[in-house]
Amino acid sequence: MGVHRCRKCAADSVINMPQHRLALCASHFVEWVEKSTLDFIGKHRMFEPQDRVLVAVSGGKDSLSLWRILLNLGFHADGLYIDLGIDAGCAYSKRSGDYVRNFAQNLAPDVRLHILDLASAYGRAVPELAGRRAGGRKKLCSVCGLVKRHEMNRIAHELGYDAIVTGHNLDDEAAVLFGNTLRWDVEYLVRQSPVLPGAALGLAKRVKPLARFYERETAAYAIVSNIDYIEDECPFSKGATSIRYKEVLNSMEAGSPGTKLQFYYSFLRARKKEIFPGYDRPDLQPCEKCGQATGIPGLCAFCRLTDPEKAGGQ
Amino acid sequence: MVKVHFRDTEIERPGKITIRELIKDLGLNPQSVLAVREGKLVSNETRLGEDGEIKLISVISGG
Repeated sequence: MGVHRCRKCAADSVINMPQHRLALCASHFVEWVEKSTLDFIGKHRMFEPQDRVLVAVSGGKDSLSLWRILLNLGFHADGLYIDLGIDAGCAYSKRSGDYVRNFAQNLAPDVRLHILDLASAYGRAVPELAGRRAGGRKKLCSVCGLVKRHEMNRIAHELGYDAIVTGHNLDDEAAVLFGNTLRWDVEYLVRQSPVLPGAALGLAKRVKPLARFYERETAAYAIVSNIDYIEDECPFSKGATSIRYKEVLNSMEAGSPGTKLQFYYSFLRARKKEIFPGYDRPDLQPCEKCGQATGIPGLCAFCRLTDPEKAGGQ
Repeated sequence: MVKVHFRDTEIERPGKITIRELIKDLGLNPQSVLAVREGKLVSNETRLGEDGEIKLISVISGG
């Protein structure tokens, strides 16, 4: 069997997507990705054409592709890069930031890139905030996630954006779903969605417009669109559980195309039917220091983490 | 022989096979990598010549 023909123009395809029974050439693939993203944004009512959205960019394939797609679709999309201060002997955050800045150089003058340097803002970067005590990488990854969620929300709220947009793809979502299902972690299952609605206390809406694409499709979009992105994974993600889950799902996908798509989409359909009644979000209250929503009284987890009095502690 | 670049390494493999076969020969999952030749994305069904160069890019990321 030779190279499949593009379904639209009969040129040689550059990508074959058996789960959609679709092979496309480079230009029709770009067209398909952008139109599908627009459809997904509309179907899930993520945001409206007049909205201002803030794209969380990391320098990786997903977030930079997402930013490009939204701009090509005509949305008002600015970027936010958080320098997490991860070095690990390979200057990871510095190199990631360079990819983001390089990408942003070629954008229209009215498109803004906001940069937050965590160490400058709070005196300590993620590795120092995570400390060196028990927990190791797992703790560092959870601190990293906590910091990103808090700061994305703070900046989106302060600058008046209508939504935070992240580059999560279907493999990311399927891996999370797989883990939550293995543990039957119903509280997380109930909350997993391509749209996390905004709420009182300045909780910004968070949306995932690429959640319908396989990871190899977002990477393919970056390559055919000549987006220069950091190919290396975060040095702390090596051997992570989520990557193992992705590999398991990809093994099943190889033998049975469409497995990942069906797993995630069937979950979204089931979720609409409220398959887990009685599990609601806990009551939220404002953090005493930053005012952001928190499930526990007093300081939120971020403010406890960045408390200067704990700066010397482990 | 075909030069294969993957994750900062370079190896050589006999040509005249498809990229899908190459990926499987290397013990990789075709779902997890993309192939780029001369800077352009190429389909896994592309048949390699007797020699040349190909870059395989891992698409799995996250943590």
